[in-house]
Amino acid sequence: MRDVAVVGTGMTKFGELWGRTIKDIFVEAAHKAIEDAGVDHIDSLYVGCMSPGLFVGQEHLSAVVADYLGVTPVPATRVESACASGGAAFRQAFLEVASGASDIVLAGGVEKMTDGADVTDTLATAADQEYEVYQGITFPGLYAMIAKAHMHQYGTTREQLAAVAVKNHRNGAKNPNAQFRSEVTAEQVMASTMVADPLRLLDCSPVSDGAAAVIVTSLDVARKLKKSYAKVIASAQASDTIALHSRESLTTLNAVVHAAQKAYKMASLKPTDLNLIEVHDCFTIAEIVVSEDLGLFEKGKGGEAAAKGLTSLECGKTPINTSGGLKAKGHPVGATGVAQIIELYEQLTGRAGSRQVKNARRGMAQNMGGSGASCVIHILEGQ
Amino acid sequence: MITARYHREIPQRYRLEAGKCQKCGQVHFPPRRVCSKCKGTTFETIHLSEEGRLVTFTVVRVASDKFSKQTPFVVGIVELNDGLRLTTQLADVDVDKVEIDQKVKLVFRRIQEDGRAGILCYGYKAVLA
Amino acid sequence: MVGVVGYGAYVPRYRIKAEVIARQWGADPEAITRGLQLFEKTVPGQDEDTITISVEAAKNALRRAQIDPKEIGAVYIGSESHPYAVKPSATILIEALGIGPHVHVASYEFACKAGTEAMYVAFSHVKSGEMKYALGIGADTSQGAPGDALEYSASAGGAAFIMGNERVVAEILHTHSYTSDTPDFWRREGEDYPRHGGRFTGDPAYFKHIVEAGKALLEKSKMVPKNFRYAVFHMPNGKFPLEVGKRLGFTKEQIETGWLVPWMGNTYSGSSPTALTAVLDVAQPGDLIFMVSFGSGAGSDGFIYRVTEEIDKVRDRAPKVRQMLDEKKVYLNYGEYAKFRRKIKLNE
Repeated sequence: MRDVAVVGTGMTKFGELWGRTIKDIFVEAAHKAIEDAGVDHIDSLYVGCMSPGLFVGQEHLSAVVADYLGVTPVPATRVESACASGGAAFRQAFLEVASGASDIVLAGGVEKMTDGADVTDTLATAADQEYEVYQGITFPGLYAMIAKAHMHQYGTTREQLAAVAVKNHRNGAKNPNAQFRSEVTAEQVMASTMVADPLRLLDCSPVSDGAAAVIVTSLDVARKLKKSYAKVIASAQASDTIALHSRESLTTLNAVVHAAQKAYKMASLKPTDLNLIEVHDCFTIAEIVVSEDLGLFEKGKGGEAAAKGLTSLECGKTPINTSGGLKAKGHPVGATGVAQIIELYEQLTGRAGSRQVKNARRGMAQNMGGSGASCVIHILEGQ
Repeated sequence: MITARYHREIPQRYRLEAGKCQKCGQVHFPPRRVCSKCKGTTFETIHLSEEGRLVTFTVVRVASDKFSKQTPFVVGIVELNDGLRLTTQLADVDVDKVEIDQKVKLVFRRIQEDGRAGILCYGYKAVLA
Repeated sequence: MVGVVGYGAYVPRYRIKAEVIARQWGADPEAITRGLQLFEKTVPGQDEDTITISVEAAKNALRRAQIDPKEIGAVYIGSESHPYAVKPSATILIEALGIGPHVHVASYEFACKAGTEAMYVAFSHVKSGEMKYALGIGADTSQGAPGDALEYSASAGGAAFIMGNERVVAEILHTHSYTSDTPDFWRREGEDYPRHGGRFTGDPAYFKHIVEAGKALLEKSKMVPKNFRYAVFHMPNGKFPLEVGKRLGFTKEQIETGWLVPWMGNTYSGSSPTALTAVLDVAQPGDLIFMVSFGSGAGSDGFIYRVTEEIDKVRDRAPKVRQMLDEKKVYLNYGEYAKFRRKIKLNE
């Protein structure tokens, strides 16, 4: 497999984009990425989107976006892996370029969640329909059960969960594309409406519209195009049982562990070699558990680490979610995985403004679907 | 609720019918074609134990439209005495008095309904033993 | 010998006090509880209905009978609150209990005596030699119109009886039914709540049919009230069963074991059947039980049972109805009760 790099990015603001259609926001992001990369054509495109069918009644999204982006007749494919759709789309683009089949591929993600569909029902299609959702469980409910088990087993506290939300909002306030640009206090988090014990409204990522896209090319093409680019030094993916009750453990996400191991091996790196990580914080507990399963902290110590500020932008050795994470940046499901890549690219090319991590050289993006049934991990390296 | 889809799950939801791999003994609920442990493809039908303990739970306060009139309700993962885990609601319980490790048993209840005129859907819930 | 080989009851855990309902509608709580001799009633959970109640009651009956469910040849459920207007409740019950599919199933309705109808037909199938076992169930989640007198008593619960001819626990010696066109209480198709004729439901309906069926039963069997250890009558409120018992010549002592209504309310098709289970829970071998139900519209089914030695082996295999009535109760306020009973208009 040959070397692959990210050479251009583009995204819309994330938020409630009432006046925008799904194709319009995707085209905005994709077009920006193409301009940013300075390429005059693309060989193919992948679009990650969890459920355009249920959210806006539109399937065959690949054809729709290829049409409206004006790139027909290039091949276009929609990729779906619940909330890991974006990361999975990026991985497909990576593999297509790495294999030599294409030189320039667009990897984008989009979701339009505010058009009136029952969001709780639609997101729940990422879980086991017959044996989890049938019984009345919701998405927040699944992660709440993980939280309760983690609190019971390791003593993780309500305050530690809140620390994650506070940190991510503080970072998000510095991100011009974030849905929420205001900070929150721990008290506000712990007083917000209870959604599923112990998770409250401010423990949960929001409902968002948004799109994000990147241009992926071979390293040769990248060198010809740009002075600064980010090389993809690891791409890994893993699966786990669909239902939470079938997992080996309620407090360890095996898909994350496996994908991470493969990624570290591919890049010949240890967790401490990373300068920043974009983690899939669909709920505050997810960031805590993932930080452990990525090998950053000992199992059970993720909450303590968050509370101590070990993952903060200001004083953390390995800042997590400098973009604001899903919590503050927003979580248009299919776009998230690609937006994580964009944050890494900005950081590694020194374009992260007030969010900049000093001397950022290597970053990881961890994207996850459902209650952890799929996980896609990428590691990027700057020059 | 698509009636065929509901009808297929009746042996599991009403009678807790599971598939036990004849090669390695792994129990699958619902039954499946390929054993997740040994890749075997022959199974015998067994009935799960109806008693167990709560290994985790949450109190759902914001539910989908279908369940919205029932909030707050408890959903948990129960580990049955034969080792198998499943997700189920806890019925007839004070939501503030539920704790991990409590002993539970499964009962037959109406789980959901398809609006005013659609079919009624039954299945298992847990109550404190 | 043909009779009951297994029996079981089920009542939900929720309750509402008559005084709470009285205060809701501006009635005098004291006068209500004293007049009806009724203190509280059972309320089904939001996830319970006639089918789930029947399943739990039948599970208890199977625990006592210890037979192979596949040997049951017919299953009948009598109720006035079948969840489907078209689709018998027992079609769901048989799948839940592993009965059938080579089985006959039907739903019965006859106001409050649909349960004893199911029991009578089940008994007849075994008596005629048509099948080895048959299951008859009476269960209801009866509905009383808001602010109406029946709201104090309409409650939820049920009982199941497996009839057979081996290891009989309570032999059925005689039966008798008495029916007429007496429109004392009815519900038209499509209506949410039943209607009734006020005091017309008393002498011309309840008392007339129970007394006529009761007299015929005594004559048929050549027995007199004092032969019986226990007497069970349909219980629309606390007063009526004691009064009708008196008219037939029974004493309060004979009636009080089955007199569950002051704490259970009127479980309609479950009323006399659950009372019978309360009696079987304590009856001794050799005891005779006299039972007459009543269903508005109107009719009565009468039975005479003789308890056998088998009762001692069987009684403790499943929970007892008195225990279910007395333990783990959860009291509701009127708002919660109205929500549970879907008396609140939703935006559907």
